[in-house]
Amino acid sequence: MSVIEVTKDTFEAEVLKSDIPVLADFNAAWCGPCRSMKPMLDELAEGNTAYKIVSVDIDAEDELAEDYDVSSIPCLVVFKGGEEVNRSVGLIPKDAIAALVEG
Amino acid sequence: MYDIIVIGAGPAGMTAAIYARRAAKTVLVLEAVTFGGQIINTPDIENYPVEAHISGFDFSNKVYEQAKGLGAEFVFEKAVEIRPGDGFKTVVTPKNSYQGRAVILATGSENRKLGLEDEQRLTGKGVSYCATCDGNFYRNKVVAVVGGGNTALEDALYLADLAKQVYLIHRRDAFRGDDTNAARLKERENVEIVYNSNVTKLIAEKRLKAIEVTNKLDGSVRTIELNGLFVAVGRVPENQNFAEWVKLDEAGYVVAGEDCHTTAEGIFVAGDNRVKALRQLVTATADGAMAATEAVKYVNSL
Repeated sequence: MSVIEVTKDTFEAEVLKSDIPVLADFNAAWCGPCRSMKPMLDELAEGNTAYKIVSVDIDAEDELAEDYDVSSIPCLVVFKGGEEVNRSVGLIPKDAIAALVEG
Repeated sequence: MYDIIVIGAGPAGMTAAIYARRAAKTVLVLEAVTFGGQIINTPDIENYPVEAHISGFDFSNKVYEQAKGLGAEFVFEKAVEIRPGDGFKTVVTPKNSYQGRAVILATGSENRKLGLEDEQRLTGKGVSYCATCDGNFYRNKVVAVVGGGNTALEDALYLADLAKQVYLIHRRDAFRGDDTNAARLKERENVEIVYNSNVTKLIAEKRLKAIEVTNKLDGSVRTIELNGLFVAVGRVPENQNFAEWVKLDEAGYVVAGEDCHTTAEGIFVAGDNRVKALRQLVTATADGAMAATEAVKYVNSL
């Protein structure tokens, strides 16, 4: 799988109703650390069937950012069974990103 | 065995890698997070020669490609220890260890925290260290910036365009930062500068909702209700892991002159983690060139 762009309209189906855990990356084009994190997320998503990674552009999807109380980016939120189970704010290494989901 | 191991992939470390590869030395760059360093937080660099405008992200990508293109190897693991050997050093990460004839410390610095209770928990919930990253979340809201240096002044100006009200909390009665920015700030109607004061408490429920500010001169305490607090009180070097081998000054910076030699043979330093008068992109890359050149000389002398 590669990283999936999600919107307000697809968030429920892709994230909340997902059968597998989801790592949601709240980001924006103007955020340097977010852009630095992207290649690491792409690598983690590649060929990964254990969980999926979605990207939320907080400029276009400000309602989603507000619903999930995101006020610092990059912000990674892990969902399992439609519930938030973990969260991390700021640029972190690839291993730490994987550990957020894999626990 | 590598000729040179560079610890840190910011502008200083990556420039060191470029110079070392140009001298035909084998180079490993170890980096704890990802390449770029703190410059990735800068949306627009306007004071680095050649390009009038470039984002910090684009800048670091270009330097990374340049270093990779010249044959530098990058491994994303955090160097936690250096063990000196006979004519080489072992650099230890949580997963592996690597041998190099010379080591360049280019570990940079990290944001200084206020050191207040709940600061860590509230990061991302009203407390931020990056105005350009998070300012947009505070459109038409009330925010405060803590600090008195250039970053604090720039952050306050940036936020004044977005937020309803900006407080700038400064522990002194004047600014050491850029005069132009201080003057611009004083003209802004939605900015209030709170002088001679420290933030002494974060007041929060789920999110930050107010700060307590104490005046240093008369001890008076004021509560400011707000939505966001931007911390810009400087940076601290990340040299603790190597303090056993290289001399640090009281603030934790590696003691070295312009030649970038540390007190340990074969260990060099480059960039913001070195004792120096001006910490800028251009001085970081200059250090990278110097440290690499000295490291190459050292390796050739072995």
